[in-house]
Amino acid sequence: MSTDTTTLPVGRYAYDQVDRTFLSQRVAQFREQVARRVAGDLSEDEFKPLRLMNGLYLQLHAYMLRVAVPYGMMGSDQMRALAHIARTYDRDYGHFTTRQNVQFNWIRLEDTPDILEHLAGVDMHAIQTSGNCIRNVTCDEFAGAAADELLDPRIHAEILRQWSTLHPEFTFLPRKFKIAISGSPHDRVAARFHDIGLVARPGPQGRPVFDVFVGGGLGRTPIIGVKLRDTLPEEDLVAYLEAIVRVYNAYGRRDNMYKARIKILVQALGVEAFREKVDAEFALMNRADYRLDPAIVDGIRARFGIPPLNAPADAEQTLAASRKADPAFDRWVRTNTHPHRHEGFICAVISVKPDGGIPGDITADQMDLVADLADSHSFGEIRVTHMQNVVLGHVRKDQLHDLWRKLAAANLATPNIGLVGDIIACPGLDYCALANARSIPIAQKLSARFANPELQERIGPLNINISGCINACGHHHAGHIGILGVDKRGQEFFQLTLGGSAGRDVAIGQIIGPALPEDETVDAIARLIDAYLVLRHDNEQFLDTYRRLGAASFKDAVYAPA
Amino acid sequence: MPLLENGQITPDRWHVAVDGEPLPEGAVIVPLERLEEGLARTGDAPLGVAIAPDVDVAVLRTALPRLELVAVTFPIFRDGRAFTQARALREHLGFKGEIRATGKPLPDQYEFLLRCGVTTVQTERAEDISVWRQAHEIITIAYQPSTLHERPQGLGLRRFLG
Repeated sequence: MSTDTTTLPVGRYAYDQVDRTFLSQRVAQFREQVARRVAGDLSEDEFKPLRLMNGLYLQLHAYMLRVAVPYGMMGSDQMRALAHIARTYDRDYGHFTTRQNVQFNWIRLEDTPDILEHLAGVDMHAIQTSGNCIRNVTCDEFAGAAADELLDPRIHAEILRQWSTLHPEFTFLPRKFKIAISGSPHDRVAARFHDIGLVARPGPQGRPVFDVFVGGGLGRTPIIGVKLRDTLPEEDLVAYLEAIVRVYNAYGRRDNMYKARIKILVQALGVEAFREKVDAEFALMNRADYRLDPAIVDGIRARFGIPPLNAPADAEQTLAASRKADPAFDRWVRTNTHPHRHEGFICAVISVKPDGGIPGDITADQMDLVADLADSHSFGEIRVTHMQNVVLGHVRKDQLHDLWRKLAAANLATPNIGLVGDIIACPGLDYCALANARSIPIAQKLSARFANPELQERIGPLNINISGCINACGHHHAGHIGILGVDKRGQEFFQLTLGGSAGRDVAIGQIIGPALPEDETVDAIARLIDAYLVLRHDNEQFLDTYRRLGAASFKDAVYAPA
Repeated sequence: MPLLENGQITPDRWHVAVDGEPLPEGAVIVPLERLEEGLARTGDAPLGVAIAPDVDVAVLRTALPRLELVAVTFPIFRDGRAFTQARALREHLGFKGEIRATGKPLPDQYEFLLRCGVTTVQTERAEDISVWRQAHEIITIAYQPSTLHERPQGLGLRRFLG
């Protein structure tokens, strides 16, 4: 086994022959399950959990395949494989999700074994991207690169990915189970809106410790997670998570799927009683069996490629000169980059939200271009963000201008990260069998309305989240402005919530008033934003103005007569 | 389907207690409500107990040394509580006897059942035995500890099955 870090893929776990054997066995297993379904030996009801365990949903018009991108990290070879799938089996595009995965919306059941086999060829799969199991573990999109990071959470994200893969006990849970992990004091993973949120920091002897949050989530019942455990030692990470999920598996409700998430159990028992049960389980466990030995962690860490960060001494000056010479580039650097821990490097965010576009949709050609640019500018490493964008994590500052020009030529340089145009939207009634309303057209209209980059920058940080139904896949409760599609006598209406936040200042947005008809929603939001621009103090951000003034001032603007 | 053990059909020596009738002679599986009655039998005929998915297996603690079988059940295959019950029987209560999965588990869950400590399966399903055997043999690698204490593979928590 090679441990030469220069030959390993940067930023993600390198599969070896054992992992590849496992994956090919898994593909063979699914091929056989599909054959049994086609032959009628499995009913749709019986086949459903099996296909869901392989990421295959039945949507409104077709099957949808959700491919796992573990903690959002992939390589250029993997992105090219996704482009191939988009071209060959879909309609020439794919869609990035808020769980840092990729979805294909127009898949034929019979093609899925071949698609999974193609994915396995680049060490990818769709395992546990749906179903009542532990889903893709999400992570900070700037992991291993951010200047503010305390430790790289991807190593433990990978350990949890492996641990949860075909877990014998936790594959038929009451409901889906989502884990996020952050290694930065700035929560970029919405840790407290997860079934389990882990916030890692360095502890004694250089080994990490974890604060464990449990029972957060959005959906029909938005709840902010509570801290279950402070400073959990690394060696107990797997054991403690086993204990939590066992308690959930034994006691979580199974009579009503809308009350089956762990958050409902934690609320029903109360956090103290829940903690007692977890502690009792933890105390009973043979911890030696579940101990996460530092050697195990270091063995996984050694499978991650490390980028050789060498930049010329004048990289910063070169970047400064380019910014001075090119105002459009300068604006993009302001909005679409994040500080890197190395002074000669920077993280670049590729907006997959062009003006008037569909948030998160990317064409096969754009995928190939991103793969090429990752190879030329970021060690072949690509990150999918929970905001449905893409990050190149390690770009040399003196090469950033070149990167931007190439992105701009492919309509991938929209300067809107964290601004009005950076909208999160669920697929809505255009695709989804559950939706009450179409999310995508509202997102497109808002994006087009606020396309002016100067206006967007003047408005400042503003997260708009759109969900097409109360299942809240667009995380509307966590948006500074949340938009929820509802059905009123067969008409699409939209309800606004204000003041939500998924960050460290976590909050659930509050409904401002009656739902608006579809054709009035965008105007109402425009009036709301105008009101904010009048009401704010200096450079006060929207969320702060809202928190200072409350809903009343904004309500007048939203419901002002047209 | 007949009783399944190690991917093979195996004879079943157990009788299941019938509601409202006296317990039969020989090896008998009683429901939890009739456990006292089963324990009170004279002679040394083997005794087993069947528990519902919502039972905390800790209630069996005192009786367990006298039990040779615990039957857990899947009223529907999606109800995974029996996995946790089986594992707790092995790990927390040190039960060494037969754990039987009843109800409607899928062949595709067979490996999970075995790794949680289940030894035999008596399913209401009709698949050919070969489907179960295949489900048991198709995956040879696992990524987490289990009650079977499989041979670690050397990297991470990986281990070889079978």
